[in-house]
Amino acid sequence: MKLIYTDSLVVGAGLAGLRVAIASKERGLDTLVLSLIPAKRSHSAAAQGGMQASLGNAVKGMGDDEDVHFQDTVKGSDWGCDQEVARMFAHCAPKAVRELANWGVPWSRVSAGPREVIVNAQKVTLQEAEEAHGLINARDFGGTKKWRTCYTADGTGHSLLYAMDNKAISMDIPVHERVEALAIIHDGQRCHGVIARCLITGELRAYVAKSTTIATGGYGRIYEVSTNAIICEGIGQALALETGVATLGNMEAVQFHPTAIVPVGILTTEGCRGDGGLLRDKDGYRFMPDYEPEKKELASRDVVSRRMTEHMRKGKGVDSPYGPHLWLDITLLGRKHIETNLREVQEICENFLGIDPAKDWIPVRPTQHYSMGGIRTKATGESPQLKGLFSVGEAACWDMHGFNRLGGNSLAETVVGGMIIGKYVADFCENNSLEIDTQLAEKFMQQVQTEIDTLVDGEGHESPFELKREMQRIMMDYVGIFRNGPELDKAVTELKALLERSRKLGIKCKKRHANPELVEALRVKRMLKVALTVACGAAARTESRGAHAREDYPQRNDRDWLNRTLASWPDANALAPLLSYEPLDVMKMELPPGYRGYGIDNAIAHPDTAKREQQIAEILAGLDDDADRYQRQAALMPFELPPSLQAKNERLSDTLQRPSANALGEKS
Amino acid sequence: MNQGRQLTFNIFRYDPQEPNDKPKMVRYHLTETPGMTVFIALNKLREEQDTSLQFDFVCRAGICGSCAMVINGFPTLACRTLTAKYPKGEITLMPLPGFELIGDLSVNTGKFMRELAERLKLWLHPKANDISIHRLEEPMAPEEAARLYELERCVECGVCVSACATKQMRETFVGAVGIMKIARFELDSRDARTAEDFYHVIGNQDGVFGCMTLLGCQDNCPKDLPHMQQIAYLRRKMAMTLV
Repeated sequence: MKLIYTDSLVVGAGLAGLRVAIASKERGLDTLVLSLIPAKRSHSAAAQGGMQASLGNAVKGMGDDEDVHFQDTVKGSDWGCDQEVARMFAHCAPKAVRELANWGVPWSRVSAGPREVIVNAQKVTLQEAEEAHGLINARDFGGTKKWRTCYTADGTGHSLLYAMDNKAISMDIPVHERVEALAIIHDGQRCHGVIARCLITGELRAYVAKSTTIATGGYGRIYEVSTNAIICEGIGQALALETGVATLGNMEAVQFHPTAIVPVGILTTEGCRGDGGLLRDKDGYRFMPDYEPEKKELASRDVVSRRMTEHMRKGKGVDSPYGPHLWLDITLLGRKHIETNLREVQEICENFLGIDPAKDWIPVRPTQHYSMGGIRTKATGESPQLKGLFSVGEAACWDMHGFNRLGGNSLAETVVGGMIIGKYVADFCENNSLEIDTQLAEKFMQQVQTEIDTLVDGEGHESPFELKREMQRIMMDYVGIFRNGPELDKAVTELKALLERSRKLGIKCKKRHANPELVEALRVKRMLKVALTVACGAAARTESRGAHAREDYPQRNDRDWLNRTLASWPDANALAPLLSYEPLDVMKMELPPGYRGYGIDNAIAHPDTAKREQQIAEILAGLDDDADRYQRQAALMPFELPPSLQAKNERLSDTLQRPSANALGEKS
Repeated sequence: MNQGRQLTFNIFRYDPQEPNDKPKMVRYHLTETPGMTVFIALNKLREEQDTSLQFDFVCRAGICGSCAMVINGFPTLACRTLTAKYPKGEITLMPLPGFELIGDLSVNTGKFMRELAERLKLWLHPKANDISIHRLEEPMAPEEAARLYELERCVECGVCVSACATKQMRETFVGAVGIMKIARFELDSRDARTAEDFYHVIGNQDGVFGCMTLLGCQDNCPKDLPHMQQIAYLRRKMAMTLV
């Protein structure tokens, strides 16, 4: 048995995984990263629009701080998030942006003086402060009170990933490329590493480590049309699920992005709308103000996606061979703006649609985009069930997004989560010794070996490609933007049948080394279990919250459903996960559940909400009159952070005279 | 919907790990569908005709640089190449030359790029290592940030390497990708390295003075990066360090 050992093992070389690896290496730990592909090709590279951090340099960002970012994030989550984690996150986001600047990211910068922008289809001239010149700029994104999204044109993920990977290379962190983890080595209590397969030679290796961090991204590819890279198949979540012990959280929370191009589902960034782009229907009519008069195109993603679907259901979509779509109009931004700030969008339009977005409207429709659910972790990133198993980024349910994520908060989560959790991972490695149980490793190695032998030499006849196609269609048809009981039940029944069929998978290509069909077969079995956690969780959750919208239960029901769905798979032979629920404690919330600001307020209140609101009023009244916002916050909901991340964030406003309300350019 | 035209794919097949395998071209036929790209076609061929076919895609959107291959003689990104581009419906696919072959159309660009980064030290060497992440960031001229981003758009697809005659003749040549990345750090006011430092890594035949200016890199770069401008700029800069 080939056995490789290290202190800190990271599975996945996107932004989150690399950031954890860097944190481990900074502490002198032996660190090793596994990746399906070269690190710089990770799906993080595809993030276009930007990363939220409350720097408050740009005039439309003035007055922003951790408090506002926290509130936006909690409201965005439809109160489904862990508020302590959202606080940890909002506090560290500015640090992560500034750290990345030190590592080489060429963040777009503020130019002092007048700047012409499009706001609500009107040209507006903003006056940027002299003192802000050269500081990091921000653009507008949906669901935020301030312009908070830091960016490098529309290649933010690319810039961040390259800087991060360059940093990892400079620190001599090895990345084992073209290696796929297939099982977690564990004894039911402690995680000891993974069994992984080299995708070139087919060799199986046991990677044994003090800590194992799963940073494999989301599970978008269980859907037929997704903006995700084709490697985002949820294998990380499946590995955790297959331990039978570790839980996944909120798997039914799946976000659809409003503007992916038709038919291929490639994303055009939210920055298009943030910079002033409009949505139009088949008559060229701008319909969003009718539905969301206040936030219009810049309502939260789940809201815009649903409004678009509603509008198309009224017959206002543009007919196409691929079904109806709507238009994204960025022509009003002008060619110069598109060619500098939205160039990826321009390239995508030219190459895949043959259109010029400076002249033509872009055909778009809502498409699967983000996985709020993932491996359930504590605030430290560690699985509550399996010691030494950590998860970070989209792979995890850490859980700062709850049931809907705000644009610009995913890129932020990867690097901020990586920064915070990386420190806890390093702490864990320093406080625990390496346990090498070769018998245990061999047991898991043997299991994977047997699985491969059965696929290659067994009697099975089911095609992995066919099963995957059917699964993706079921998810698309029955577990989409709008959901209902009968369709979800149908999805569960059909997915169970597929899972049964997956036990009889057989492959035509018999190679044991590089064999794409074998890779597909190994994945599809795992993906089906992930799909079932999504469908079962959605069928059980009889309310609407964030991206989970039940037509038969349109109300957000805080009374019965202010909780997090947990899914585990204790019986390997079962056809469905075991669901349980973890309550969210209103009495500990800094921001008790309230109106989110969209449509009619139809939430069923939690009995503790009024109680907590009163308690908050009392706590605040009991504070000294000169208590600052940090003291008020600490009195309401203390949160923990590694000591080196606790310092306050300096802002331009700290060094400037307070500007008048007019100059602040408050966003209504 | 109309029945699409018949496409013919000639695909290079070779498995270097099979002791008796020999490189060969294999012919496949496929019905074209509207908007079909080489990405869609290859996946269809693998699912329906030959499950052993090896190729690489990740983002399928022209963003990650995984899927570069030689299509009808030109190295390019397969994901965003529409089959409609070829009026005769005949498409020949070869792996990128200049890289270790994994099998069929799959080459190990990742290994190449990591080794190049280590060799040329392609990361920011900051002037100060103790800049606080809790304090206001160092200002940077907005124009500089924009220029840096322009040069940073390389996706490490390897097209420039495979389109470069010098690289094909001289294994140790750093290629346009290496020079572009050096140019990016040379421009960065945060980087502590001087022209002399850069001279040590690219001021020779393996670097800027090896380029024969045949423009293969610039002509084929899927991101339209200004390779020749950067090579010329660095040549001048490196020559100046000798004076």
